[in-house]
Amino acid sequence: MKRFIALMMSMVMCAGLAACGGSDTSSEDTASVYYLNFKPEQDAQWQELAAVYTEETGVPVTVVTAASGDYETTLMAEMGKSAAPTLFQVNGPVGLKNWADYCYDLTGTDVLGQLTSDAFALKTEDGAVAGIGYVIESYGIIANKALLAKAGYAVEDIASFADLKAVAEDITARQAELGFAAFSSAGMDGSSDWRFKTHLANLPIYFEYQADGISSTDAIKGSYLDNYRAMWDLYINNSTCSPAELSAKTGDDSRNEFLAGEAVFFQNGSWEYANLVGDDSFTDEDLAMIPIYFGAGDEANQGLCTGTENYWCVNSTASEADIQATLDFMNWCVTSEVGTTAMCGGEGAMPSGENGMGFVIPFQAAKESANVFVKQDAANTAAGKLPVSWNFTTMPSEEWKNGVGSALTAYAADQTDENWAAVVSAFVDGWATEYQLANG
Amino acid sequence: MEKALKKWFPIFVAPTLAAFCVGFIWPFIHGLYLSFCQFTTVDNAKFIGISNYTKALTDTSFLDSFWFTVAFVIVATLIINVTAFAIALALTKELKGTNIFRTVFFMPNLIGGIVLGYIWQTLFNALLMKMGEPLLALNTQAGYWGLIILLSWQQIGYMMIIYVAGLQNVPPDLMEAASIDGATSWQTLWKVKLPMVMPSITICLFLTITNAFKLFDQNLSLTAGDPAHSTEMMALNIYYTFYARAGAAWKGIGQAKAVVFFILVIIIGLTQLRATRSKEVQQ
Repeated sequence: MKRFIALMMSMVMCAGLAACGGSDTSSEDTASVYYLNFKPEQDAQWQELAAVYTEETGVPVTVVTAASGDYETTLMAEMGKSAAPTLFQVNGPVGLKNWADYCYDLTGTDVLGQLTSDAFALKTEDGAVAGIGYVIESYGIIANKALLAKAGYAVEDIASFADLKAVAEDITARQAELGFAAFSSAGMDGSSDWRFKTHLANLPIYFEYQADGISSTDAIKGSYLDNYRAMWDLYINNSTCSPAELSAKTGDDSRNEFLAGEAVFFQNGSWEYANLVGDDSFTDEDLAMIPIYFGAGDEANQGLCTGTENYWCVNSTASEADIQATLDFMNWCVTSEVGTTAMCGGEGAMPSGENGMGFVIPFQAAKESANVFVKQDAANTAAGKLPVSWNFTTMPSEEWKNGVGSALTAYAADQTDENWAAVVSAFVDGWATEYQLANG
Repeated sequence: MEKALKKWFPIFVAPTLAAFCVGFIWPFIHGLYLSFCQFTTVDNAKFIGISNYTKALTDTSFLDSFWFTVAFVIVATLIINVTAFAIALALTKELKGTNIFRTVFFMPNLIGGIVLGYIWQTLFNALLMKMGEPLLALNTQAGYWGLIILLSWQQIGYMMIIYVAGLQNVPPDLMEAASIDGATSWQTLWKVKLPMVMPSITICLFLTITNAFKLFDQNLSLTAGDPAHSTEMMALNIYYTFYARAGAAWKGIGQAKAVVFFILVIIIGLTQLRATRSKEVQQ
């Protein structure tokens, strides 16, 4: 028995030593960058950009992209490893709460100095800069102009919720004759429901914040939920499928319907640009993005919903050398010719000739984006329209969104006042409860 | 021979034992410790005492998921074992093509849970749509039965193989004696075969109960707990506790739930083992 124990001890020690030896050598290698990317749409571009940077500077850059909807779980797992991401993302003040301890204070760094406005810096309560918004995006109702013309309308005809409702209902009335529907399916599958439980839900929150002159709250009143209902009714009752089927419809379903010309409108954002113009399905002239008119506020001067929920954070627990390498990489991305072209450019913008990311980036060296939706947002702003800000970063928790989404799905299948009351309850009461749970 | 075995067995056992310690014992102890902590990742844990447990045990959603899990486990275990045993009985008769049937019944077990969940989701939704019923995401009843059908489909084949092995080991002389004594086939089944395959029953019950209790992949991909957490089993509830809210507090609460969950599975598993073991007969 004694011998057995002795043997065991030595085995364990060997294993321990081997493990220590392994980690020692890896951390003393040259500095490296590990970017855990949030955006699956741009995975290929980041991989290529990383390879180009490594070729230029010799600093190894690893890019890993989390699957859609799995960023938080992937980040948590990766952060626990010895080779943790040095560059990661949070989605705003609520997301920052999880990771504040891991955010390197970016005050005084070169890349922070490149920002065009301080508004894109995400600050902690004690004033440290925890994150840098690196891409500005817009969402709204994407319209297929050709189909709209076929139905006898133009984008300019739609300048308010009432206009949108009239056009959509007219298309539905003539659906059999026209051969297409007004809206692509408002799918409530996990791959698509964020368009409504998060992005569309931003509008009632935005208008309430505007009316009350606040930028976040611990208890939402739901003053604009009637408008939310009217909009949701419009989406689900003028769609490619019966409202009862929406619970199983995915994001791909919705996009494919739009690509196949089965629907005129598709609520989504500028990030969909590459998916829509890729494979020669649409050209820039075919597409337009209409603001989500909500029957509230000053509709004549309403712009697209524009903001960011993508903040770059640098891992403060990484080694000094890795932090510096990461900051250099970020700075290179937003200042170098190759980096800015890749991030802003469209067709053929990558060194390999592939399409670029088509972002609008809030940095001084930014190039004009090739993204037609983004251009439209710029044109709107230039014309004096006021963009709707992104307030969903103040939603109290993922659980709150799920509650609203679940109630919306149930309401879609059976549109009674009772079921809408459940949406209101999930929205208003759920907010208060979840705020307490997340901050209590 | 025996002496040599005694002398050398540490060398053969040690590597596996070391791997077991590194891969299981240590993470388990660490996990226990984390359940008393507030943490974001495993490295930055801060000890906060038992408050995670009080919060976990007062969380009504955890209790709801427990009852849903219990209801699921009972029905799934019964259906799986009764069906698997019946098929095993049929396939130990001297029929043509039993091997093909055994293979076919076993095959569903080779497909991973997530994939199965998504495939069955499409199937169920298509069926529900035809029937004019609310789809899975809105239908607690369908979600519950869907999970049971899915798990049965996946596990019956596996349990069947174990029962087949058990039935083939029933000594022929016992069967012969029974038939000479004039036992009907029903009596042979109850008085001879069943007592003789008790060890298989013990194993199958243990496997089905613990598997059903710990079900996660299939639950996540088939219903994801919809509608409104009403088809959420305990493992999924723990997962959501971890990830559905921002803030460091929730990770510790999730961890405490996981420990409670572990203890529950152990208690149920051991109770069942003891109960069925006592019914086993020596050949």
